[in-house]
Amino acid sequence: MIAGRTLSAEKTLQTEHLTAYYGSVCALKDVSMRFEAGAITALIGPSGCGKSTLLRCLNRMHEIIPGTRVEGEVRLDGKNLYDPAINATEMRQRIGMVFQRPNPFPTMSIVDNVLAGVRLTNKLRDRTQLQELAEQSLRKAALWDEVKDQLHRSGTSLSGGQQQRLCIARALAVEPEVLLMDEPASSLDPISTTKIEDLMRELKGDYTFVIVTHNMQQAARVSDYTGFLLAEESTPGHLIEFGTSSKIFTTPKDKRTEDYITGRFG
Amino acid sequence: MLARMKRPLSGVRTLRSRQSWSTFMIAVAWLCAGLAAALLALIVLYAIRRGAAALNLQFFTHLPLPVGIAGGGVANALIGSVEIVLMASLFAMPVGIFAGIYLGLLGRGKLAYSVRFLSDVLTGVPSIAIGVFAYTIIVVPTRHFSAISAAVALAIIMLPIVVRTTEEAVRLVPAAIPEGALALGIPTYKAILLVTVPVARAGIVTGALLSVARVAGESAPLLFTAFGSSFWSPNPNTPTSALPLLIFQYANSPYRDWQQLAWGGALSLIVLIFAINITARLMFRRMAVR
Repeated sequence: MIAGRTLSAEKTLQTEHLTAYYGSVCALKDVSMRFEAGAITALIGPSGCGKSTLLRCLNRMHEIIPGTRVEGEVRLDGKNLYDPAINATEMRQRIGMVFQRPNPFPTMSIVDNVLAGVRLTNKLRDRTQLQELAEQSLRKAALWDEVKDQLHRSGTSLSGGQQQRLCIARALAVEPEVLLMDEPASSLDPISTTKIEDLMRELKGDYTFVIVTHNMQQAARVSDYTGFLLAEESTPGHLIEFGTSSKIFTTPKDKRTEDYITGRFG
Repeated sequence: MLARMKRPLSGVRTLRSRQSWSTFMIAVAWLCAGLAAALLALIVLYAIRRGAAALNLQFFTHLPLPVGIAGGGVANALIGSVEIVLMASLFAMPVGIFAGIYLGLLGRGKLAYSVRFLSDVLTGVPSIAIGVFAYTIIVVPTRHFSAISAAVALAIIMLPIVVRTTEEAVRLVPAAIPEGALALGIPTYKAILLVTVPVARAGIVTGALLSVARVAGESAPLLFTAFGSSFWSPNPNTPTSALPLLIFQYANSPYRDWQQLAWGGALSLIVLIFAINITARLMFRRMAVR
């Protein structure tokens, strides 16, 4: 359905002076950055630097936590996602998310997990089309060969790495333009991690990826661009430096970026 | 032994003395557990001894007969009980389950706090007071006793049980489940009702069944509402017999036949409630996710 499409430049996701609060605590301050369409952008930084909060602001998942608040703008297609006229639910079909811990829906089979997004939004009803979509999504997530004979088993019967790829397949099935990944491999073994990195490389171009990671090798390996965030004394998390990953990891401009990537703190 | 217990734990106590103390305490625990189980066994055995003689086909299929005529049954009370409890479930479960889902997944702030608090208070209201309440709001205006008014009284008793068990059940579902659904662009109400709540289904169904078991044996609220009847009462808007009422009325009577029927009724009620409890456990095991 969308195979081979290339995202045009105006599909670039960007933030303008994005500031986020939990109650009265400011977790993220004045972040303005671009997430190149069809590229992989990594967000790195020590714990508590606001990188996950930034990620969750990009598809308005931040606001589902009670007491949270966002200022500034997030734009896709030039439209502000925080515009009151924008329906957050519909918008999330364009900007999907994969979480730190695999969270397949426990009452659903593997194939039902993959199709949950389109079924529960009434986007697709035709049985053969649904089957095709399930296979296509599982193939993209590099899981098809492992599960094609057990599609009706419970999603939670899979191994952790398979569950995470199932969640990726589930996110891909709603055909988003952007996929946000919150430390998607942090709970997985090295082989599963490699699989997920490989499939991200495979899929970029068709999808814009934003990945939060603690693992700097992973950011260096997989991403085209990297943003370094840091919360300092008296300053909430903010963007310290942004650039191509090769630049950030070889010749960072900021001393703090250099200290972080060389492992002097964090 | 007591003197030894008062000594500080560290130091002088030998391994041997600690071991014998441990053996003693385990014995005490066994004794208490045995006592708790024995009480139940005593009640059940006594009910069987006195009630089993009353149980025959007629008991389950016939109406009670006037004093002095042998035989007769409690069929109308059995049906009445089932009818009242079913109606009460119909009233209490939808409201209770949705309120529980609200409290467990959505409710925050003052409203949720008040609902939770009031529901806890409702749990503690004596069932006879709830019977009087149902009497005042239904029996008095309609000018007659009815199965409906009894069902309303029982529903009020069931409500807080269903609310709190549902709340606990949905609260146990990890937040990652509804989040995962929302992140797919699934609307909030579907993320809750079609993705999150099914994960908690075992707990919800078990809670609902236990609330049924809890009210099936209530007699006080029925005194002012169902009132009792010696006849079939297919119309839920008329006085209706129920097992607990029948037991209460017949056990108080001076006639041996009726007392016998009361024992039979008590035994059937015990068996019924026991069966509901077992069903609840089996359902939980069957429906539990993962």
